[in-house]
Amino acid sequence: MKLEGKKRVWAEYQKEIPDDHFFYVRSCIRQTFFAGSEQTFLKIMRDDLGKDIYEDPRHTTCTGIGYHGDVVPFETIQTVVARHFALATEAGYKNIAISCVTSFGIYTEILETWKHFPETLEKTRENLFRATGRVFDLPVSISHASDIIYKFRDEIARKAKYNLVDVRSGKPLKVVEHIGCHYAKMFPKHGIGGAEFPHVLVGMIESWGGDVIDYPERRHCCGFGFRQYLVQANRGYSLSASRKKFESMEPYRPDFIVANCPGCAMFMDRWQYTLKELDGITYGSNETGIPTLTYEEMAGLILGYDPWEMGMQYHNVQSLGLLKKMGITADPAKRFLTKDGSRLPEPANLLNS
Amino acid sequence: MNGSAGNKFGFTVNRSRLIDYDASDRLVRDYVTLREPSFRLCFACGGCTATCTAGQHAPFNLRRMNTFIRRGEIEPLREEVTRCMLCGKCLLVCPRGVNTRNVVSLAAEAIKKLDRNEL
Amino acid sequence: MSTVTKHVVVAGGGVAGMEAAGALAELGHRVTLIEKEQKPGGHLKQWHALFPDRRPADDVRKYLSRRIDNRNIKLFTGISVEKVRKQGHDLHIELSDGSALTADAAIIATGFDLFDARRKEEYGYGIYDNVITSAGLEDMFNAGRITTADGRTPSRIGLVHCVGSRDEKVDNNHCSKVCCVTAVKQAIEVRQKLPSCEVFCFYMDMRMYGPYYEELYRESQEVHNVNYIRGKVSEASVNINNRLVVKVEDTLAGRPLRMELDMLVLMVGMEMSQAGTRLAEASALGRGINRFLETGDHHYGNNLGHVKGLFYAGTCTAPMNITDTISHARAAVTETVRYLTTR
Repeated sequence: MKLEGKKRVWAEYQKEIPDDHFFYVRSCIRQTFFAGSEQTFLKIMRDDLGKDIYEDPRHTTCTGIGYHGDVVPFETIQTVVARHFALATEAGYKNIAISCVTSFGIYTEILETWKHFPETLEKTRENLFRATGRVFDLPVSISHASDIIYKFRDEIARKAKYNLVDVRSGKPLKVVEHIGCHYAKMFPKHGIGGAEFPHVLVGMIESWGGDVIDYPERRHCCGFGFRQYLVQANRGYSLSASRKKFESMEPYRPDFIVANCPGCAMFMDRWQYTLKELDGITYGSNETGIPTLTYEEMAGLILGYDPWEMGMQYHNVQSLGLLKKMGITADPAKRFLTKDGSRLPEPANLLNS
Repeated sequence: MNGSAGNKFGFTVNRSRLIDYDASDRLVRDYVTLREPSFRLCFACGGCTATCTAGQHAPFNLRRMNTFIRRGEIEPLREEVTRCMLCGKCLLVCPRGVNTRNVVSLAAEAIKKLDRNEL
Repeated sequence: MSTVTKHVVVAGGGVAGMEAAGALAELGHRVTLIEKEQKPGGHLKQWHALFPDRRPADDVRKYLSRRIDNRNIKLFTGISVEKVRKQGHDLHIELSDGSALTADAAIIATGFDLFDARRKEEYGYGIYDNVITSAGLEDMFNAGRITTADGRTPSRIGLVHCVGSRDEKVDNNHCSKVCCVTAVKQAIEVRQKLPSCEVFCFYMDMRMYGPYYEELYRESQEVHNVNYIRGKVSEASVNINNRLVVKVEDTLAGRPLRMELDMLVLMVGMEMSQAGTRLAEASALGRGINRFLETGDHHYGNNLGHVKGLFYAGTCTAPMNITDTISHARAAVTETVRYLTTR
């Protein structure tokens, strides 16, 4: 593989990411599944990078899951997103930082729609005003939160306490990166590196010392697919898509998977347990499962954050082996204890626990 | 409670629809082609299927069967290959002169041999 | 033979330009042939053998060299025509070196550019070691060695039709016409040179429009055992052994198909050349929705533009094969001579 060729593609798909002053919009599902990731992002932004990032408690779900699940009409979701823009306008922010890839896709799709069909923008302004009395300015920039970490990846590298390196052998960790479909497949120009060779996570991994695995099913969807997952009987489609990816990456013996999308990180983690039950197969070296991290967790580990404070113990596939490889001391006994020592609920069926 | 898939999840891994060319072999194709070289000439026009008596009322599609044989996808053919009534009309319409009737007979023969490990 | 000698500038020294220059010179006209590369011959210089009969490309190269071996022709290389404008009855022709020529008439024969395969990112040309173009395969034929990047003999090669053609994603809705038959020709050549190598053509339609093309297609199946899969390859990647993996729908089976390959050859199509585009824009020449030069009449005026005394020859007007290019160039000469003798 010729890295020069990839660099040429990466250079073609760069986008303007603001330096500071962000209005943060959270993901609805991540706050349940990876509760610590968004908090980690905010901490990195504020404490490590010294950025101004604001969030408004009145911000709601973007309703993207409902939209893709065919229960929320397009007019409705446009109005919901317009309300978020109104909150940003009221707070004096022009740069939107989006936690979720589904939301990112929704925001970009809506902004593109408004650009090409200005009457839909006017209609949305009218709907929002009638429903809430709010008005809004269009944002100046839309960034996915992973875009922002990407932008500051070298600064993070300079502050690194750990690297993506096996401390015993000195060799780079082998990392599978997975990009949510709606990050760049709908609008390649809005994704760093485009849709075929996204650079957003690759850039982080490389800056932090890891090796990226480019495996045959790298571009394949994790399978979440909204409608596949939302109807229980259809979940096999979702599961089978992830399985296709696991089988394809397996020969490379990855140390971990990192994703920039709530659904992808969630499913690529949880389906490993399901596949163990259904297929009797556990992926990963020594059949311990492949830890699946969010990019905020990856950044947090690099910066020396406590994995248990980031909530990594709530992944189905536990990361103890990975942490050990990176030279991070984290007491497994403290995984399910709060800071004051009371017990947190311990999930059943953890892999590699 | 077990779900519809008969396990605790209510769903299971779906069967792949993929033709994985590297996961199968071309023994049946090679058997047919060696004995009926005109098989190579099919360019999938579907004339045979359009005129086929059996195909009007039963899932028998000679055009698609030829494709499956070439790809090494034998499973879908086991039933299908027995449905030909050997009338020979497909021979008349084939613009490439494929001996279609013989292809069907040879394919049936090859599948039998395959099952007996004789290929 | 025309009785009065005129000066005609021919822009572009590929197949069309060489043929046009030769035909004009033969009729006694003074011709200035201007080629942007260091040597005339155009894309043909790179080709090893030609469809449909797989004769050596050198045969046609030699013919064209003889054609321009005429004292009436003055050949300039390493220079391009940048702008043409009407000046009274004459044409004022500006060249890339800053000089200018005056001519009684001119023929534009700026040809085509091969599609830059890197624009179809999903195939990984320029990234994956063994993804090459049809032109790259001709280089291998010329070198007499078909090998993977690490020097191995491939055991399975795939050829992808319509790369950069019939594809709105790259703004090319046109068919480049020659790629299908080029694929068939190259598939046969691979089978002949490497009898143990399997060859697969991934096609959307087999457009065998020329004489003996369909026969060649038939021969490729009957004699050379070339495999055809009807479907557009949607992506290529590499596995841990650095072997290519392609995804395609086998549309005749109605199912997705995955296959490992040692080499993937992209049948790159034709686009309006960059040099021709510069010339057309500077000279305000009309262009079609396919971005090639728009001709005066699609049926009976396809060597004419709208500037009197300026004629078009070959693939600057549309994709065409060598046979049609030569015919088109001769027709341009007929139109030019008619103009010169009747104006």
